Amino acid sequence: MKKRYFGLILYLVFAILPIYWMVNMSLKTNEEITGALTLWPRHLTFDNFRTILTDPAWYGGYINSLIYVLINTVLSVAVALPASYAFSRYEFLGDKHLFFWLLTNRMSPPAVFLLPFFQLYSSINLFDTHIAVALAHMLFNVPLAVWILEGFMAGIPREIDETAYIDGYSFPRFFVRIFIPLIGAGIGVTAFFCFMFSWVELLLARTLTSVNAKPIVAIMTRTVSAAGMDWGVLAAAGVLTIVPGALVIYFVRNYIAKGFAMGRV
Amino acid sequence: MLKTYNNKAWLLVLPVVLCVAFSAIIPLMTVVNYSVQDILGPDQKVFVGTEWFQLVMRDPELHAALGRQVLFSAAVLAIQIPLGILLALALPATGWRSSLSLVLLAMPLLIPQNVVGTIWQIYGRGDIGLAGAALTKLGVNYNYTGNSMDAWLTVLVMDIWHWTPLIALLAFAGLRAIPEAYYQAARIDGASRFAVFRFIQLPKLRGVLLIGLLLRFMDSFMIYTEPFVLTGGGPGNATTFLSQYLTQKAVGQFDLGPAAAFSLIYFLIILLACFVFYSLLQNAGPAEKAPH
Repeated sequence: MKKRYFGLILYLVFAILPIYWMVNMSLKTNEEITGALTLWPRHLTFDNFRTILTDPAWYGGYINSLIYVLINTVLSVAVALPASYAFSRYEFLGDKHLFFWLLTNRMSPPAVFLLPFFQLYSSINLFDTHIAVALAHMLFNVPLAVWILEGFMAGIPREIDETAYIDGYSFPRFFVRIFIPLIGAGIGVTAFFCFMFSWVELLLARTLTSVNAKPIVAIMTRTVSAAGMDWGVLAAAGVLTIVPGALVIYFVRNYIAKGFAMGRV
Repeated sequence: MLKTYNNKAWLLVLPVVLCVAFSAIIPLMTVVNYSVQDILGPDQKVFVGTEWFQLVMRDPELHAALGRQVLFSAAVLAIQIPLGILLALALPATGWRSSLSLVLLAMPLLIPQNVVGTIWQIYGRGDIGLAGAALTKLGVNYNYTGNSMDAWLTVLVMDIWHWTPLIALLAFAGLRAIPEAYYQAARIDGASRFAVFRFIQLPKLRGVLLIGLLLRFMDSFMIYTEPFVLTGGGPGNATTFLSQYLTQKAVGQFDLGPAAAFSLIYFLIILLACFVFYSLLQNAGPAEKAPH
């Protein structure tokens, strides 16, 4: 019994140490970072965070990221809801093939789509807009949303649908008034996943933007290559990118395990 | 659950189909277009047939990248899946210890990919990183920017750090879904701990583990951002995996034809593997769901 907790704690330490080291570094001055290895900041400073939160070039990146991530999450969940209902309730011509085709999009490497996306969005004048990144991210988020939601919907007994129809509910009214509240947890978990996968994606977001919609993740890589020295600010920017994830995980903490299992246990 | 046959369901699926068609079929057609043409200028194109495919198939650098990729994905699966199951078995089932461990465990999953790279870049450096400095202190000559083996191992450890929690959470959710009655029956039969794992827990975990296997295989097979930030594919080509190589070709050198041909081959490999896993998943589905 003791031995198994020992292993677990060892792993948790392994999991937390790198994050701790970044947080630690974000609170130090650059002299202290490059000077000596210290386990906690000797001269506690919030200057690194102040730099980011007062410079529009930095905090603009966070705003851009949040805008396209939110557009993407809302659109993905909105189109996935009716589709996953169809997959969980009906058989129709080519349903299995369609589902597989959707899944392949979750599994296609973004690098394959890099160049065509660039040309497609340039040709319809969407290059460097938030909506372009949001649409591009739907490529992998919509299939994922359908997959997760279908798992949750399959857990709701059909009798509920049938009773509602007998009671004279039309489909849209039944769907919005009765069905959506029933799978509230599933929608929350799905939104969480769409948010996360869009938030962490770099390759497409970087390629489809230049100035106006440049995401924070792209701004960070630029700092690495250009300045290369400002470790404190880099660490602080990293810490700030974890904040949304940490907030979201707090809200869905009771559903984490089930959510990661795509509602399929 | 029995489903009714109704083709009106297509109306419900239509928005998704349109969305994904816009962001998948049109770009894919562009790629197909490039792969069979030589683009000389904006209005000058020559049809070259399968020339690019032949060129790409004989490219030794591509073979090397593919080899590295397969080795990396295999190592990722071989380590992460058993480790994830072990972690799930060790996690406390209920109470604050359980919530705390789950939240700590899930932390790395929620960090943007490039920040994962940044974290390990800092963490592994010999001068300012905790791990790098500790290894140097221990007398290990560790340098991930200079030594290919070190770079490769760092990318692997980074991926383990980043993604093992996913397997652990999946397996944990699977374990919680096993009814207590199964364990009671096993106790009555005097089953050993290993027998309980082998004949009760593992079969019940099959469904979720296949999802985990699928996700981990796909994502490790198209890993791009983390090695890009950490090592930039170096030193030499030690950590240049397929996506990295493709991006270099397409965006760096602008070799559209070969890059497009390569994209299609890459896509087909993934599609094939995906189909195999998906078929397994479909077959595991009904057997798993029946008792519920």
